[in-house]
Amino acid sequence: MSDYIIQTIQKGILETLEMTFFASLLSYIIGLPLGVILYVTSKGRLLENRIVNLILGTIVNIMRSLPFLILLVLLIPFTRFVTGSSIGTVASIVPLTVGAIPIVARMVEASLCEVQPGIIEAANSMGASPLYIIIHFILPEATPSLLQGAAINVATVLGYSAMAGVIGGGGLGAIALQYGYYRYQKDVLWTTVALLVIMVMLIQGIGGLLAKKKRKV
Amino acid sequence: MSNVFELEHVYKTYKNDGKEFTALKDVSLSIKEGEIFGIIGMSGAGKSTLVRTLNRLEEISEGSVKYYDKELKDLKAKELREVRHSISMIFQSFNLLNQRTVITNVEQPLRIAGVSRKERKEKAREMLKVVGLEDKENSFPARLSGGQKQRVAIARALAASPKVLLCDEATSALDPKITGEILDLLKQINEERKITIIIITHEMSVIEKICDRVAIIDDGELAEVGEVKEVFRNPQSEAAKKLVFPSNPFDPSDPDGRLIRIVFDGLEASEPFIANLVETTGQKVNILSANTRSVGGIGYGQMVLELPKNKEDQDTVVSFFKNNGLSVSEVNREHE
Ligand SMILES: Nc1ncnc2c1ncn2[C@@H]1O[C@H](COP(=O)(O)OP(=O)(O)OP(=O)(O)O)[C@@H](O)[C@H]1O
Ligand SMILES: [Mg+2]
Repeated sequence: MSDYIIQTIQKGILETLEMTFFASLLSYIIGLPLGVILYVTSKGRLLENRIVNLILGTIVNIMRSLPFLILLVLLIPFTRFVTGSSIGTVASIVPLTVGAIPIVARMVEASLCEVQPGIIEAANSMGASPLYIIIHFILPEATPSLLQGAAINVATVLGYSAMAGVIGGGGLGAIALQYGYYRYQKDVLWTTVALLVIMVMLIQGIGGLLAKKKRKV
Repeated sequence: MSNVFELEHVYKTYKNDGKEFTALKDVSLSIKEGEIFGIIGMSGAGKSTLVRTLNRLEEISEGSVKYYDKELKDLKAKELREVRHSISMIFQSFNLLNQRTVITNVEQPLRIAGVSRKERKEKAREMLKVVGLEDKENSFPARLSGGQKQRVAIARALAASPKVLLCDEATSALDPKITGEILDLLKQINEERKITIIIITHEMSVIEKICDRVAIIDDGELAEVGEVKEVFRNPQSEAAKKLVFPSNPFDPSDPDGRLIRIVFDGLEASEPFIANLVETTGQKVNILSANTRSVGGIGYGQMVLELPKNKEDQDTVVSFFKNNGLSVSEVNREHE
């Protein structure tokens, strides 16, 4: 491989990390509260509210059932509106975030469902407010499970970021597409694939380790 | 003495998917300040439902539950939380935060009440000392035994200096020895801190050991309430009889033989009255069942005995027991 390609790959790694990091962060900033709301408003929970749960649940389900590639295309006008451009690394962060939010929300909801109802009952019996119960009882108890879920989500975002290359995003995905598909340079294709696999494995490994360290049961 | 709780005609009906189930039917009772009040009944009788109405974890369908003359159902969410600061609860499954240390668990009620960090650490340490776990403050609950976990839960329950402690099957997950220790601790708390304690159990031994009064719940209804000793000596309801007099484990040697039940309380536990009987009268009896306890050196409980065949001998035995201060009643075979 030429120096130029090696430099391109190095740049691609950084871009992939950048997209993954920011899209994951943003999707959690929105998806975590959304997951909490889905959880607390569901039947028999702390702040049961059928209407809120139904509306948010339906939106999340629709967003989640759209294939990511379709979402990428559908979001082009929105991306342009937000970032001023529809191609490039920064522009890719928008559809990646939007695509990850419903996945994060459902994952968070599932983690919170694992918290023993007895612990919430104990909190209620102490006279804790719903907000206090969420912050000081439910979230800490679910933390190991949330971390495990986060590792899966970040790895998913990384996978999606490669797809963003198709519509002009940056990163390793774009390189794989450009050199592997259009120019048929197999070595470049496999190098980027290997790098992506390693990155996913690293993320899973770190997430698993953090979760294990946190878990006291 | 004033009443901590006053329940009047309480009904609770659960509605699920169009199906209705009435778990509490017309329950009226009052719980006095400073007492240890037991609630006993079979599984599914409605004990947990009843105790959960006392801090409104369960909304009642009809009737009234008053806590120090405050009608619980009229309280707004914030007022209810305020009330709950003074009513602590412990559970069969302990319900501790697994991802938090022992001391952080104990601090929770104080934190909820807005006590400063320094003050709540101090109070939590003091409570851990009360339950004998001062050396475990930085452990996680997963590292503790069941008995220790319940001690942490008790420390947590005491932290906010409550007036009342509700215990829902607090010892059901523990072995008899640890159960005894936890009950001793509860008794000590009741005496030293003047906390009213309400204990739910399906074990008569728990009631016997520490309760002053007992309510017997049968199929959602209040079958009987009274002093523990009274209920033991002279149970009125069928449900109470079933609990107090377990069915005979042994068959009498003579199917038509005469059976009596002797009930004793306030008897010196060390007094070997069966041996005395043999010694003074020369008569022998066959013990069919016995359910006896000794509390503070005083024995109480009951025994079912098969009397000798001869009528005269029977009378000798009966009068021996009567003269020794034991109450004697005939056992009707059909009802056992
Ligand atoms: N949320 C609910 N919905 C419907 N029925 C319920 C609900 N909670 C309890 N019940 C029913 O009410 C009855 C009383 O339940 P409760 O938990 O009070 O019994 P319990 O006396 O505490 O029994 P146990 O000794 O098994 O704990 C049971 O028949 C139970 O099935
Ligand atoms: Mg129960």
